[in-house]
Amino acid sequence: MRIYGVAILAACYLIGQLVGLYLGYWLGIGGNVGGVGFGMLLLIFMNGRMKDSMPKVKDTKDGIYFWSAMYIPVVIAMAATLNVRAAVSGGWVAVLAGIIATSACYFFVPFISRMASAKTNQ
Amino acid sequence: MEILEQFLAKNGLVLAFLFMGVALFLANWFSKKVVFNKIPGVAIAIFAALVLAYFGGNKGVASYPAFTGLAILGGSMFRDFTIVSTAMGVHFSELRATGLAGVLSLLIGVTITFFIGGSIGYAMGYTDAVSFTTIGAGACTYIVGPITGAAIGASSELIAISIAAGVMKTVFVTIITPIVAKRMSLDNPTTAMIFGGMIGTTSGVAAGLAATDPKLVPYGAMTSTFYTGVGVLLCPSVFYLLVLAVLG
Repeated sequence: MRIYGVAILAACYLIGQLVGLYLGYWLGIGGNVGGVGFGMLLLIFMNGRMKDSMPKVKDTKDGIYFWSAMYIPVVIAMAATLNVRAAVSGGWVAVLAGIIATSACYFFVPFISRMASAKTNQ
Repeated sequence: MEILEQFLAKNGLVLAFLFMGVALFLANWFSKKVVFNKIPGVAIAIFAALVLAYFGGNKGVASYPAFTGLAILGGSMFRDFTIVSTAMGVHFSELRATGLAGVLSLLIGVTITFFIGGSIGYAMGYTDAVSFTTIGAGACTYIVGPITGAAIGASSELIAISIAAGVMKTVFVTIITPIVAKRMSLDNPTTAMIFGGMIGTTSGVAAGLAATDPKLVPYGAMTSTFYTGVGVLLCPSVFYLLVLAVLG
């Protein structure tokens, strides 16, 4: 039953969000601290527990895969409903922050890669 | 006319599904036929959505009655629910196989991007802790930005900037990766995994690697899947507290 998968996903999401909410409350900063991240960790754990030998496990997983395929349209819908007009006043911030921060990472890739391969060769 | 208006308002979410299907179909067609896969369809669709939102009001295109369903589909509940579901593509065994270098590249990648992105925002006048954190998180990916912003109470304007920064990054990675691949010896699985971890934006990494060498795509995509999770975990928590401590 695919609804089993959807229910597992729902449980991971809700528990993760609750943990995030309480963490935010306890840290005194309010809001939701890493709720999505905790939900993901829970789902990774649950996915590891679902063995292929279990009955109907493929159907169950398909219930979750459907939603992971839906994240792209959701992100696009989110982009379409933002207050972009207000953001355009700070347009150069977006362009520069996106490009300069990313460029810096490109410089570090060969450096870390050399470190990694040096370790493998030892 | 009144009947039609009521009909559209009543069926908002289902209409949103239809709109998204058509939008992605058009974007993928444009990506293939007009820009010859140089820019991924997803990036085109997001850019188009941001452009359309500009012509809406303070709720983007959802300011028009026919598009209110998009606000539900793109709201925080569906967004977080679907993002959590993407963790299905991740296994602990893969995490182990990627090794320490992969984990290290994720942490370094998120940290560098966050603080440089935030600093650029700071230099351009966004000097409070919430702005620094939201813009820095947006420079990570267009998913980390809004989730972080929503968690720490950023305005819709700030969240839009952070998404724009993330989209900018995706387009930049897609275009620049095949050009600089040789210079950073991006020609083997190890480097591809580290590249995925450092850069993060999954659609950009996958598209950029596909244009460089299709064999490298799964390696980069594998580590980049973790990037959003790491970013979402660190940006609104540890990093925000750090920024708050410095900027007050």
